[in-house]
Amino acid sequence: MAEAEGTQRASWGGYPASAQTLRAVRDRHAPLELISDETVLPYGNGRSYGDSCLNDGGVLLDARALDKFIAFDADTGILTCEAGVTLAGIIDLALPRGWFLPVTPGTQFVTVAGAIANDVHGKNHHHEGTFGAHVESFELLTSDGARRLCSPTENAALFAATIGGLGLTGLITLATIRLKRVASAFLSGRSIKFGNLDEFFALSAASTAAHEYTVSWIDCLGSGATLGRGIFMRANPASAEDVAEKGAKAPGRLPLTVPVMPPLSLVNKLTLKPFNWAYYNRQQTREIDKLWHYSSFHYPLDAIGRWNRIYGPKGFLQYQCVVPPDDQRAVSEALLGEISRSGQGSFLVVFKTFGARQSPGLLSFPMAGTTLALDFPIIGPSTFALLDRLDAIVVEAGGRIYPAKDARMSAETFRRGYPKLEEFRKFVDPRFSSSFERRVMRNDGGGDR
Amino acid sequence: MLRIAIFGATSGIAQAAARDFAKEGAHFFLVARGATALADMAADLTVRGAGGATVRVADLSDPGSLAALCDEAREALGGIDVALIAHGVLPDQEVCEASAAATLDVLQINTMSPAALMIRLGDIMSAQGSGTLAIISSVAGDRGRPSNFIYGASKSLLSTLGEGMALKLATRGVKVLVVKPGFVDTKMTADFKKGLLWASAASVGGAIAAAVKAGKSGAIYTPGWWRFIMLAIKFAPGFLVRRM
Repeated sequence: MAEAEGTQRASWGGYPASAQTLRAVRDRHAPLELISDETVLPYGNGRSYGDSCLNDGGVLLDARALDKFIAFDADTGILTCEAGVTLAGIIDLALPRGWFLPVTPGTQFVTVAGAIANDVHGKNHHHEGTFGAHVESFELLTSDGARRLCSPTENAALFAATIGGLGLTGLITLATIRLKRVASAFLSGRSIKFGNLDEFFALSAASTAAHEYTVSWIDCLGSGATLGRGIFMRANPASAEDVAEKGAKAPGRLPLTVPVMPPLSLVNKLTLKPFNWAYYNRQQTREIDKLWHYSSFHYPLDAIGRWNRIYGPKGFLQYQCVVPPDDQRAVSEALLGEISRSGQGSFLVVFKTFGARQSPGLLSFPMAGTTLALDFPIIGPSTFALLDRLDAIVVEAGGRIYPAKDARMSAETFRRGYPKLEEFRKFVDPRFSSSFERRVMRNDGGGDR
Repeated sequence: MLRIAIFGATSGIAQAAARDFAKEGAHFFLVARGATALADMAADLTVRGAGGATVRVADLSDPGSLAALCDEAREALGGIDVALIAHGVLPDQEVCEASAAATLDVLQINTMSPAALMIRLGDIMSAQGSGTLAIISSVAGDRGRPSNFIYGASKSLLSTLGEGMALKLATRGVKVLVVKPGFVDTKMTADFKKGLLWASAASVGGAIAAAVKAGKSGAIYTPGWWRFIMLAIKFAPGFLVRRM
């Protein structure tokens, strides 16, 4: 097996720094190669923001070369592929044949195994649940040499532990997923401005039943009467007639990339207010009918290569939490108020209500309630202190933080957010570990930084 | 639909090129040593749209068997529109410097075997009056350098043979493409530290497919800027090349 020793491999947020050996996995039939007492962690496209895809001092099993399709039934939409196939690769294959991902996160540049390991969700959570809910089965290779097919009926406990299991239960070599029929590459719906949180929750309640996809962008610098103002988007897959009638075309792909790391974060107090003001006021009328291409609806940021560089060399922290429905209005207000007062935070906050569908994984993040996600350029200790204050609000409300986005929550915050942690621990492969696992999942504390 | 024979089919570059052709419904005859890897590749190409994929397990280091193998490909496909010769090894330069036997082993697999295939495939395509024969050579064949002249020498014969065949067979409707990749991130170079000059197998494979579809003949560099690097190296004075 190939190794690049001591490779610096940062996660998408660029924090924390971490040094590990990158070992390519090129053959799904080959046994796991484990040397001495090292720990290993499966690695895909490195799009997790924090340290859940890092293994400081250990080995990353780079599975990106496992990129073969194995079988696809264009009548049923059942696809079997190797672990490192990306969601973009699946769309390229399936969309021309009338199929799309049942659930997709905000980037198509993640691998199938990464989508399973983080049990990712999308803008249609209230209809389709998480990605894991559409996984028929996968093969899991563990350090004892066993190769197990896992599904809801076979090795069901291991299946549940591996979905959302952050790569800690073994190496997924291949997976079978169910795709979703679509009539076009477009989504039709409406973009609606709202002035505050009450309007957001009213819109959300009125939209979820009839719209498969809903999401909002909130101006996190709003305060007082405008706290929680933003833009609500709702959509359904567009029919072929709809697309033909409006003469919609796929957007041309401009090769936009942030070419170099700027010396400091371009997201700062000077740029934040004008950007958010412009974004909110760009839409002149209250409501506009829209026909979105899937790429601009689902993956607006994928259009800009290496966009993570705009946060500068210190990197950034993404924060995503979910709070249960009971106090979602009050808790959202408390969180937004805390962020607004700090003057930190990114251009926009993503706001969405999750549906009640039970996630299949022991450590799946999504649950019924309201989720909020935003980026924070790392300014210094004040950034971490702010996020700790947000954690306190979330935990108090019975919510949780998304591991795929996290680089700093405490072991206590994690434990309280994930009541099935003890059960999950039984399925952690003894040779598998990650920086995240050592930081927040161990009984002996951790949580230091 | 294109009928494509690939020798050394499971190499990273060949797989990438094949995926590109598969989208358009090509029919494949795939030759390599590993049965499992071949079966996986055939399944992958089929899902991607290939009209068919016949696999053939063969050891390409035996030149005596290769003419028959080319004929088998022609029969299986009913003619060959594109042949891609992609097998090869990256030898341990120091071991070869100390051993004539080791050097000849490298020449056997990197040079004799592809040359035998090229001659027979050139013949088949001449008789058809059509076809594109693509050979993966290397920028290393452009000039002997101290660090890798065994590998370079094994490839330079392919470049010369291919360039000559391209000119000769043009009159018979046959194109011969000599592909000269620079540093490519594949199984073969897994142990190398990768830098800015490195290209992915996908990009090199894509460039080969594009050149074939564009009807190119003669030598191509992938990525294209290697042409200028190699031009500089070819004309560089010996005292500079000594350090390369």
